[in-house]
Amino acid sequence: MKQLARVLAFAVAAVLSLPGLVQAQRNGGELVFPVPSEPPSYDGHREETFGLIHPIAPFYNTLLRVDPNDKGGTKPYPSIAESWKESDGGRTYTFKIRSGVKFHDGSDLTARDVKASYDKIIFPAPGVGSTRKGQYAVVEKIEAPDRSTVVFRLKQPSGSFIASLLSPYNFIYKADILAKDPNWYEKNIMGSGPFTFVEHVKGSHVVGKKNANYWDKGKPYLDGFRAIFIRSSAAQVAAVRGERAHIQFRGFTPADRDNLKSALGNKITVQESAWDCILLVAINHEQKPFDDKRVRRALTLALDRHQASESLSKIAIVKSVAGVQVPGTPFATPPGELNKLAGYWTDINKSRAEARRLLKEAGVPEGFQFTFKNRGIPMPYEPLGVWMIDQWRQVGLNVKQEVIEPAAYFGVIRKGDYQAAMDFQCGYIVEPDLDMYKFLSADRNPANYGRYKDPVLDALYDKQSGETNVEKRKQIIRQFEKRLLDEEAHYLMTLQWHRIIPHSSKVKGWTVTPSHYLNNTLDTVWLEQ
Amino acid sequence: MAVTKETLDRLATPKPERARWLQATLDFTRQRPLGAIGAAIILVMAVVGLSAEWLAPYDALQTDYGAMLAAPSGAHWLGTDAYGRDVFSRVIFGSRTALIVGLGASIIGATLGALIGVASAFFGGRIDLVVQRIMDVLISFPLIILALAVVAILGTGVQNVILAIAIPMIPRCARVVRSSALAVREMPYVDAARAAGFTDARIVLRHMLPNVTAPYLIMLTAFLGQAILLEASLSFLGLGVQEPVAAWGLMLRGAAVEFAETAPWMAIFPGLAISLAVFGFNLFGDSLRDALDPRLRTQ
Repeated sequence: MKQLARVLAFAVAAVLSLPGLVQAQRNGGELVFPVPSEPPSYDGHREETFGLIHPIAPFYNTLLRVDPNDKGGTKPYPSIAESWKESDGGRTYTFKIRSGVKFHDGSDLTARDVKASYDKIIFPAPGVGSTRKGQYAVVEKIEAPDRSTVVFRLKQPSGSFIASLLSPYNFIYKADILAKDPNWYEKNIMGSGPFTFVEHVKGSHVVGKKNANYWDKGKPYLDGFRAIFIRSSAAQVAAVRGERAHIQFRGFTPADRDNLKSALGNKITVQESAWDCILLVAINHEQKPFDDKRVRRALTLALDRHQASESLSKIAIVKSVAGVQVPGTPFATPPGELNKLAGYWTDINKSRAEARRLLKEAGVPEGFQFTFKNRGIPMPYEPLGVWMIDQWRQVGLNVKQEVIEPAAYFGVIRKGDYQAAMDFQCGYIVEPDLDMYKFLSADRNPANYGRYKDPVLDALYDKQSGETNVEKRKQIIRQFEKRLLDEEAHYLMTLQWHRIIPHSSKVKGWTVTPSHYLNNTLDTVWLEQ
Repeated sequence: MAVTKETLDRLATPKPERARWLQATLDFTRQRPLGAIGAAIILVMAVVGLSAEWLAPYDALQTDYGAMLAAPSGAHWLGTDAYGRDVFSRVIFGSRTALIVGLGASIIGATLGALIGVASAFFGGRIDLVVQRIMDVLISFPLIILALAVVAILGTGVQNVILAIAIPMIPRCARVVRSSALAVREMPYVDAARAAGFTDARIVLRHMLPNVTAPYLIMLTAFLGQAILLEASLSFLGLGVQEPVAAWGLMLRGAAVEFAETAPWMAIFPGLAISLAVFGFNLFGDSLRDALDPRLRTQ
């Protein structure tokens, strides 16, 4: 009898605890989130800022997306394309377009719209902006043989083609509108996403409301969302702390996290992830003495990355010691191997002695002065700038920091008006092709601010890009990394960013990923109570 | 009472320069004790700024990641900041930055303002009209707004900050000095200089400028406190002196805000230093104005 009572009690407890384990999504409510910057235009094909993605992505769909539950942020997931297949030895990809998808104006979304959108991205007409055109250089042509089929024909097989289609920027636009005016989407919003556009008050907010005719039945769960533009990070934290906002999708600092957690306790849930962003030091190869690789190697050898990882992660949004791939992801170099590269040695005294030797050998005098240009964004540019200047002082270099206002920064760097400068690399997905493109020779990639040409590095990039065997590709990536960061020291890596999202515990159905560009369609998000 | 030869000799011999300065200082201290306190604060600040290398227990730029955000202790009297730098040492070196920027901006601003004011008064007529309207335009902008605009154009850094603070001070000094110079212009010795055929430049520089020294000095000391405050404001906004230079305003921003609750010493001590310096310059400036103003001198 006692045993039966125990079993019954256990069964009752199990049933009662079920809602806690598998909560049913709740419909309704408005998600409020601060966005630290405003979209320069509404056209995802031409912009490259989270300031566009966070408030505008909920109005659109893309061909494919990253699985919204994948914390790694790399798993392809159907969106407008319900399935796809690879053929012709990896040269042809055929996508089946979902039926019943409608634009917010009531018209059907078909393969023609997908082709028109990708034609605009990959083969833009003169005067039409497309920032990521270079990432699709492998595409030969796009076909739409019928309403529900889109075919991408590639010049050669590519290991990263599907990953490149996961870009959250590749909104599907209406073909008829693009035919009339390819720039229409810069100033207007009309997609097929889970939310329809209500208003954008510049400097204040963007409002979206639930798309009642959304193709994914039952979604979205929210009645709407309100993206409020707040530049000051203190004000963003205050908004979450005062429960006037639910979440900020870019990330807060460790101190902000701790303050929110201590103030709100269980009302705050914290999600963290390695962040596919890293600050780099661009070294101007056209300026002496930085044209000498011994000097560049000395600069990287002076940095104690391991100690910085431990200490700076307490005050800034950086954490892991990294090479050219986000640590812990499939193509990342294991720490043991990474630590063999110049600047990654665990013995900092040996490293700095070698730095001093190289500087002396290159004829750089003790106390040599140069200017390091940094971008006028406090986090994490400022702490990393202070850290590097101190590290360089320890090998006898006298570095002055010049902070440049963010809007003017890239103008200065693009002109080559600097000796060493902070640069960054942020990806929407961890994929070697996308992450390493930045380091190609300046004649292949205008965003290479180091102003160098390295055909060996370019050849290694192309070789890994065409390699479909994962293990072989990893080996080529290692060679690329060694040449870039050690042998030539073209660029200096700092520390991988660390994404910290402390959000209201009411927010459910959202998973942090290594990219602050992902998971912003908000179709899976719901609010508890 | 008989007058001895010694007394006559003593009266006939001028007091040594040092004794006169000492007497003037003593008189100033006795008559204006608040001004003397201000002067003492300035003096301490100057001594600290000049001998920072010897007074500071640590290098102001030296980081110590093992002692990040350490509370005040025997090792670090005023604690450490987010990079483990000694706050006391940075406050000491910060006084040097404040003095360089404050003195630089005030001297440039007040001197250029005085020159423009005297020249404008001397030439009068259309030149005076045009110059004063330009000064009106410049003076219509609040100090910080004009300084922000200048920094936006020139960029950050110590030299640019000095210029950014000096420029908004020019019209303010020019306006005050011009009003004194208008009276000086009517003096017979200026007419005499004209009659003697001296050049305009000589009349302005040799005969008029020395006679507007009092308003010039008053404006200069008044500007010093403002300049220190402006430098701190610009640095706090990220537009002034840049890391890793030790500057009080800079010490109040960034991590100091983020860690205000857990490491309040990061903000308290540089904040106190700014307040004390501005207080000192304001006290001294006010007393100097009273001492040099003939209308107040007898009161």
